[in-house]
Amino acid sequence: MRPASEAELVEVVRGAQGPLRIVGGGSRGIGQVLADEALETGGLAGIRLYEPGALTLVAGAGTALAEVEAVLAAEGQRLAFEVPDLRGLLGRGGISTLGGVVAANASGPRRVQAGACRDSLIGVRFVDGAGNLIKSGGRVMKNVTGLDLVKLLAGSQGTLGVISEVAFKLRPMPEAAATLVLEGLDDAAAVALMARALGSPYEVSGAAHWPGQGTFLRLEGFAGSVAYRAGRLREMLGGAIEDGAARWPGIRDVAPFHARTGAVWRLSVRPSQAPGIVARAGAEAALYDWGGGLVWLLLAEGVDLRARIGAMAGHATLVRASAETRARIATFQPEPPALAALAAGLRARFDPRGILNPGLMA
Amino acid sequence: MQMPTPNPVILARKAQIVARLRGVLPRDAVVDDPAETRAYECDALSAYHCPPLCAVLPRSTAEVAAVLRLCHEMGVPVVPRGAGTSLSGGALPTADCVLLGVARLNAVLEIDLADRVIRVQAGRTNLSVTGAIEADGFFYAPDPSSQLACAIAGNIAMNSGGAHCLKYGVTTNNLLGVTLVLMDGTVVEIGGAHLDAPGLDLLGLICGSEGQLGVVTEASLRILPKPEGARPVLIGFDASAVAGACVADIIKAGILPVAIEFMDRPCIRATEAFAHAGYPDCEALLIVEVEGSPAEIDDQLARIAAIARRHHPVELRESRSAAESARIWLGRKAAFGAMGQINDYICLDGVIPVSGLADVLGRIGVMAAAAGLEVANVFHAGDGNLHPLILYDANQPGDLARAEALGAAILTLCVEVGGCLTGEHGVGVEKRDLMAVQFDAADLAAQMAVKDVFDPAWLLNPAKVFPLALSAGRRAA
Repeated sequence: MRPASEAELVEVVRGAQGPLRIVGGGSRGIGQVLADEALETGGLAGIRLYEPGALTLVAGAGTALAEVEAVLAAEGQRLAFEVPDLRGLLGRGGISTLGGVVAANASGPRRVQAGACRDSLIGVRFVDGAGNLIKSGGRVMKNVTGLDLVKLLAGSQGTLGVISEVAFKLRPMPEAAATLVLEGLDDAAAVALMARALGSPYEVSGAAHWPGQGTFLRLEGFAGSVAYRAGRLREMLGGAIEDGAARWPGIRDVAPFHARTGAVWRLSVRPSQAPGIVARAGAEAALYDWGGGLVWLLLAEGVDLRARIGAMAGHATLVRASAETRARIATFQPEPPALAALAAGLRARFDPRGILNPGLMA
Repeated sequence: MQMPTPNPVILARKAQIVARLRGVLPRDAVVDDPAETRAYECDALSAYHCPPLCAVLPRSTAEVAAVLRLCHEMGVPVVPRGAGTSLSGGALPTADCVLLGVARLNAVLEIDLADRVIRVQAGRTNLSVTGAIEADGFFYAPDPSSQLACAIAGNIAMNSGGAHCLKYGVTTNNLLGVTLVLMDGTVVEIGGAHLDAPGLDLLGLICGSEGQLGVVTEASLRILPKPEGARPVLIGFDASAVAGACVADIIKAGILPVAIEFMDRPCIRATEAFAHAGYPDCEALLIVEVEGSPAEIDDQLARIAAIARRHHPVELRESRSAAESARIWLGRKAAFGAMGQINDYICLDGVIPVSGLADVLGRIGVMAAAAGLEVANVFHAGDGNLHPLILYDANQPGDLARAEALGAAILTLCVEVGGCLTGEHGVGVEKRDLMAVQFDAADLAAQMAVKDVFDPAWLLNPAKVFPLALSAGRRAA
């Protein structure tokens, strides 16, 4: 099913006889959905409003991310949160859509400076599991009117509603970028160094560590400012300054794991604890982003990483896995009972029939 | 403004309720003397006041949980209160409520500069969070103008902003975790020092929920390194439309100031008479502040000045020193006080798309004239968050009602042009009955369904946020 308007989407959901698998462009969905019937959002496409002077964009959920990025680039603007392209990692084709980006709260290296997708998202329209068309937020940058369902829908993986339209605040595209490269650091030293960089006034917009390859700090802005800040950081930390930011799409998209087999995990942790967690994980490979706050791990299929790590402040998501691994290990980290009860209560209200991506999150 | 009739059964049981609260709290943590409960009868929306049944001042999460468990069991409404600086009546008590003040929960629990996080008890004041880390070169970014007094608990409840949120975002963008006590006394930990949620983003839902979902007792806040420096430029124009166009051009040029503040002529005149900041007597004044090293600031201010000159400003004054910066900010910071000197006022908080600035200001002027009231405008222009100040005389019968009617009309206009009722002050009681202007029945039903999950008996902060008629059935249940 592929509704071409919000009105049609409402009819489709109201008339659904069974569970639905919500599909944007099919480029980044993870986990198992217990539904045969696909509901595609690609027909809900198109940029509805773009005001460069107000730094705001409103578009249908099925709009291709690439189309939006091109339109914004023509005005020297962009989505600040640097959407990862996971097709290489997941072995997918497909075209990333805005709705899928929001449903996954997909955020790249710039998350440490500019926030996540949910921080740029200022409005959302969606159809809940009962077929009600609901809006929250709007097209203005500041809005505290009523409960913030915008945040709730971001990262809800299509389980609370089918997103039909999204609104973002935007950021200017920087005039220049530079990357400070440091070599030879072990994981603990790299995370400590990234903490010093992120704790400096030099506005680091990316801090990543690829064991064996180097530790990378990105600076963006007006050319003179980038040169000044890169110089100050090098005085403070050493290393070599590289022009541009050519390395960052690879870090964003977890390129080091693309050609390798095995299960891929994504950990959101307290940065200073990341090296210890990685040591306990016994992974085949690791990639640190967000100054250590985000860790990508490559492990053999079938390993329950959560059991191996034990208690930690944070959580682990099984991003890529074989069907056998998925059958045994939950995609998302199980939550403590009180939180799980609240989440279950929200699902029961927003999707009383349990038809939206059932089995994916709970 | 209407409030529900207090429950006579609860009023009659006051002695018993107080006795049971004394059973779970230290003696000095329960206030029931009417002379003392009056201290909690209102917040900064002081036109409305009502002393609570009693007030409790717990010192720990466990004590908060004990109070809520007890009130839940007894079916007594609870109104949470941070520092009582809400401009929307978010902490206004009802006569049959237990007012739960978190002011004694004010400790710093942990500072971790490497992970850039501070954990505090939620009654701690906003400015003292920065105070705990500024010697180390860090700060907490959201800076509501009440930051000397307001509590983090209230900042989280209202998702507070401030003058610098154009660059740093509002509370929800700087909040990493909370300890939340539900109405039934359950204590839940949401988030922590990591950056994103494992499942549904409950943290994002709690922030800005105006005390409807639970009581936050502790918070983990993202802290940021202080910039090397900051300096403003003051630009005066002879028309609001020109100032608005200048703001759009600055943004389009790829410059990201930390603040773009706007004042109109009535506001400029009032603040000049009060603070003597040396502002030009013009139609519209912008204060644009940028951050960085001295050279970076010079570069950005030069770019801004070049853009401003294309719009023929009547005045353009770049700060060259800390003293000049302070002088430029003096009038803006004194604006609310200055208006308070000449009259009583209602401060609105609507938001509009910045492209509609000149049009909306013009229409507000026409509406004010028709209502026979004066409106002064001072606001955050970068993000379209207006603060029209409607001047009235509280001693003049009917004046407040006329001012409120004009306020409602202005906020309705904000929604009509694509904006919203409130950008940083919250709905509270003040804008509760205007919610239907912005949301239709399905939107409000979805929000109320969330409250059903967290507070099924609707005991927390009653008669706020949602139109009274809509919540009536649930509150009675």
